[in-house]
Amino acid sequence: MSEQNIFLLDGEEIAFAPGQTIMQAAQSAHKYIPHLCWHPEFKPHGSCKLCTVKINGRFGSSCTVEAAAGQNVENRTAELDDKRRTLLQLLFVEGNHFCPSCEKSGDCLLQATAYEMGMMTPHFDHFYPDRPVDASHPDVMLDFNRCILCSLCVQASELADKKNVFVMGGRGMRGRKIILNSESGKLGDTDFSVDDRAASICPVGVILKKRVGFVVPYGERTYDKAPVSAVEAAK
Amino acid sequence: MSKLRVATTSLAGCFGCHMSLLDIDERLLDLLELVEFDRSPITDIKHCGPCDLGIIEGGVCNAENVHVLREFRKNCKILVATGACAVNGGLPAQRNHLELHDILTAVYQTEGGLAHGAQIPNDPELPLPLNQVHPIHEVVKVDYFLPGCPPSGDAIWKFLTDLIAGRTPSLGHGLLHYD
Ligand code: SF4
Ligand code: SF4
Ligand code: FES
Repeated sequence: MSEQNIFLLDGEEIAFAPGQTIMQAAQSAHKYIPHLCWHPEFKPHGSCKLCTVKINGRFGSSCTVEAAAGQNVENRTAELDDKRRTLLQLLFVEGNHFCPSCEKSGDCLLQATAYEMGMMTPHFDHFYPDRPVDASHPDVMLDFNRCILCSLCVQASELADKKNVFVMGGRGMRGRKIILNSESGKLGDTDFSVDDRAASICPVGVILKKRVGFVVPYGERTYDKAPVSAVEAAK
Repeated sequence: MSKLRVATTSLAGCFGCHMSLLDIDERLLDLLELVEFDRSPITDIKHCGPCDLGIIEGGVCNAENVHVLREFRKNCKILVATGACAVNGGLPAQRNHLELHDILTAVYQTEGGLAHGAQIPNDPELPLPLNQVHPIHEVVKVDYFLPGCPPSGDAIWKFLTDLIAGRTPSLGHGLLHYD
């Protein structure tokens, strides 16, 4: 039976265990499928669509679609990477991503994925939204200018930390946001701790530990050393 | 082969991108074999004539920036947005979610340490600031983008030599940076 549990990813045979998604099987085989909202420790959220592949000619999110025998999956094609670049550009103009002053620069999955896709410009008109910065907690600060609404903090706080510090709320392109579970709406008034799983889950520069932001200088960070495709494939 | 004519300017930028251009070091001599400069801080020529390539540093924060940018677009066959500010507004655009009047009042009238009775400057010689700072592609058509704050000398060199050789500029890992 087991030799039937194989699909093709960009022409290469990938073995999978029943129940695995295409993303999980690719990860086990050290193959990189671009992603932002997916994290191996949590349930897929399926919101960013960076992981979109073509499965037997039809678009699908590889983090939510189960692997099946005989699937022909296209991943790093020019067509798909073009669409991924457009999705990234939309994310960049929706928030305020001023990388030169961001503590996450060089360790940021959004930025690294944009490098991988050769994004030279955000292309669209910027929203320049007015989003809050919350420095009320003694050990962690929040800069929502960079939030991509991946929901990983929500899941980590709920499932790993059993705290529900972060909640997704609001509606629409400008209204949807992360809300903090305290009377004041401030992180400092929640039971959040710097040791929580949620404190180190954010793929971008929103949830930042204080006093360590520049311990590793720009130029010597994760994706300065190797592109995200190589970092992910080595996992 | 006749030399390509190149113009450069800094709009709402910090001249860091121009410093980075100088950072190609001795390769400047190789570059000068291939190009000659028209309007640029390097030549101090005040207006741009017909050019092959225009290099724009900085975004658009005031009325004068708009005029200069349009002069470049009119005269340059190829326009390159160089550096974070030209590409996405950069540091100056961090004022964009604030009211312009509030900023001017705070900076010139209510901040500590100002002379008594200080006023917001209002001289006809001064270009009027725009409500928001914009990347240059929101004002004119831009042909190429070279991000970085600033792009490194190596990135600028790779970009220019690709372009001059007639190749689509391609930076790749290590040269493509937003920070
Ligand atoms: S979160 Fe990432 S993309 Fe956004 S400003 Fe920070 S480094 Fe840049
Ligand atoms: S704060 Fe970070 S982890 Fe939470 S939704 Fe925003 S980007 Fe994702
Ligand atoms: S990684 Fe699959 S939708 Fe975000």
